[in-house]
Amino acid sequence: MSDEDKANKSTPFRVGTPPARPGEKPTFSSWDFQPEDLKKLDPLKCTSKDTEKHAYGLLRVLNDSNEAKGEWDPKLDPDILRKGLEYMMKLRIFDDRMMKMQRTGKLSFYMRSLGEEAIAIAQTMALEEQDWIFPSYRQPGAQFVRGRDMVSMICHCIGNELDNVKGRQMPVHYTYKEGRFISISSPVGTQFSQAVGVAMASAYKGTDEVTITWLGDGTSAQGDYHYGLNFASAFKPPVILNVVNNQWAISTHSNLATGGVNFASRGLSYDIPCFRVDGNDFLALYSITKWAAERCRAGLGPTHIEIYTYRAGAHSSSDDPSRYRPGDEAEFWPGGDPVERLKMHLIKIGEWDEKRDKELTEKIDSEVMAAYKEAVKYGDLANGPFPPASTIFSDVYEEIPWHIQEQREELGK
Amino acid sequence: MVEMNMIQALNSALDIQLKNDDSVVIFGEDVGFFGGVFRVTDTLQQKYGKHRVFDSPLAEGGIAATAFGMGINGLRPVVEIQFADYIFPAYDQIVNEISKIRYRSGGEFSTPITFRTPAGGGIKGGNHHSQSPEAQFTHTPGIKVVYCSNPNNAKGLLTAAIESNDPVIFFEPKRCYRGPFYGDPHNVPTWAGHPKSEVPEDYYKIELGKADIVQEGSECTVIAWGAMVHVAEKGIKESGISCELIDLQTLIPFDKDTIVNSIQKTGRCVIVHEAPKTSGFGAEISASIQERCFYSLESPITRVTGWDTPFPHSTEWDYLPSPERIATAIKNTIEE
Repeated sequence: MSDEDKANKSTPFRVGTPPARPGEKPTFSSWDFQPEDLKKLDPLKCTSKDTEKHAYGLLRVLNDSNEAKGEWDPKLDPDILRKGLEYMMKLRIFDDRMMKMQRTGKLSFYMRSLGEEAIAIAQTMALEEQDWIFPSYRQPGAQFVRGRDMVSMICHCIGNELDNVKGRQMPVHYTYKEGRFISISSPVGTQFSQAVGVAMASAYKGTDEVTITWLGDGTSAQGDYHYGLNFASAFKPPVILNVVNNQWAISTHSNLATGGVNFASRGLSYDIPCFRVDGNDFLALYSITKWAAERCRAGLGPTHIEIYTYRAGAHSSSDDPSRYRPGDEAEFWPGGDPVERLKMHLIKIGEWDEKRDKELTEKIDSEVMAAYKEAVKYGDLANGPFPPASTIFSDVYEEIPWHIQEQREELGK
Repeated sequence: MVEMNMIQALNSALDIQLKNDDSVVIFGEDVGFFGGVFRVTDTLQQKYGKHRVFDSPLAEGGIAATAFGMGINGLRPVVEIQFADYIFPAYDQIVNEISKIRYRSGGEFSTPITFRTPAGGGIKGGNHHSQSPEAQFTHTPGIKVVYCSNPNNAKGLLTAAIESNDPVIFFEPKRCYRGPFYGDPHNVPTWAGHPKSEVPEDYYKIELGKADIVQEGSECTVIAWGAMVHVAEKGIKESGISCELIDLQTLIPFDKDTIVNSIQKTGRCVIVHEAPKTSGFGAEISASIQERCFYSLESPITRVTGWDTPFPHSTEWDYLPSPERIATAIKNTIEE
């Protein structure tokens, strides 16, 4: 009888428990999964049934020594790997700086991607420019890949006069249409089923666009997750549906999000090919996304991916995870750190070294600082200037109707 | 002009939109091969193909979300929610997503969806096939709310709703699909011979935000929408008083000028709707009238509405506003 089973004897119904609570020793077991475990499948011939092992196993390319192994190795040019490393470093440094700004009152709120940097970056790099990115709040890194300027991102987070969201949403709720990065919403999971509609429209118009979307393990309890899977199953549009299982939804561990075995396999009953992938393995993420996109572009429809990772940071700047999980739990995650793993891989193949790493860190650091200084020229959170008050009334409808115009006049600004 | 019932008029509007605009797609429960449980999409799949008019899984939340995605990627979805009572699984998508996407993205994205949904009582539909939940949407900035009442405005307003770049909830009074309803369940005529059954055969649009003055009058203004327009017409006749009857047609944004002009003329007002009274849209109209024309009013504004209860089954005739209740309200307003 497992510890959890024993614990459940004390409650009248199952209440899932996390592996460890504060003060306890983190208890992640080491992984048996190795890159050689899973066969590469033919994206153009594969059925959902062929992916059963891939849904219950763990797709890896980087082994425990950070060597690229197995059939899923995408064999990327070192330039692409260095670019990926740079984007991930940039996101981590950017996040650190913004979190510091939040702590000193320069931002109202912030959310880091710590430990999950590889996900949106590797996956967006594996896609093409015309593909639609439909993120949750933990995939802002895709914007770096799509070329968004950091100044513009910071202006949004501050809500100053250059915020392209016009001061209407909390920080990190980016929108970047130029990069086909669709507006982030606070209600969790809504984007998942919407992404299916985006993909259906792409198919309808006869384009070769692919849509990718993500939600978390906790959010997979929402109806929108199941609507999304079922509509994707029924209509087979070109969409890549990711569940980022980072173990924690604020304080709710994934053991409480479901009593199921894992998240990936849920898609099998919808006849969607399913994979569980190491979310801290840049190469594995790149590889599976390229594979799924190829299927999409061949008209073979969706792929469902569980991205197995660990939320190394707090949920947000308002959260203190040491109150519900061991403070050092992240260090014990068997998947390690995604930035470190790609860096060590590049060093191992002779394409990177500590000196270059340090230089790049310093370069990014100064770029982020410079971007912040530039951004606050257009207003800081304490003093503004903010978007004009008239923006409260615009974009509700295409044209301002009389009743809203009347209210704008009442405000007198 | 051709004589049509409301179903034919709606079908005609959809047909023309499908023909004129490749970005228009129709989907929902049973709307494809079968043509809808009320037959509004009849033959459209056969005419335009399975990719343009199709059945969806039974999930209103999924229908709304999918339409959202299609809308931001260049399509113009027209979806059917089979009964307005079943729109609530889609409520989060409508209230938090569809109505806010233009705003929350700083104008970068928008989604021009039309939700068609049969609403209202009078078909012995009980709790969950009778509700008229317009007020649940008039309180949501970012969405327009339209309520047709006859074949002529059904076609014209639906055309405008589909062409609007804003999302629209389009309520269809199901009691009036095949004939106007005057409050007498034992005597329900068809649309044949009714002036509003005359509908242009070709493309035809009625601007959103404009009310229709059904009949002019001098003593009291009666404001109604949906099936209640016809019940009000009967109530006015029974009262024997000269009333101006306004069919609001669009609730958000509503036609303030037509209302104000009429109240300034009559000085009295009765508002009729079948939804419950408390926080019903009649309250908004009433408040707006007293803000704008308090000094023109000669008596308190009166509301005749459904009761603040769930919608009943076998007793629905005592739930819905009747011509008698409306006539009494008008007479009381005059006698105040």
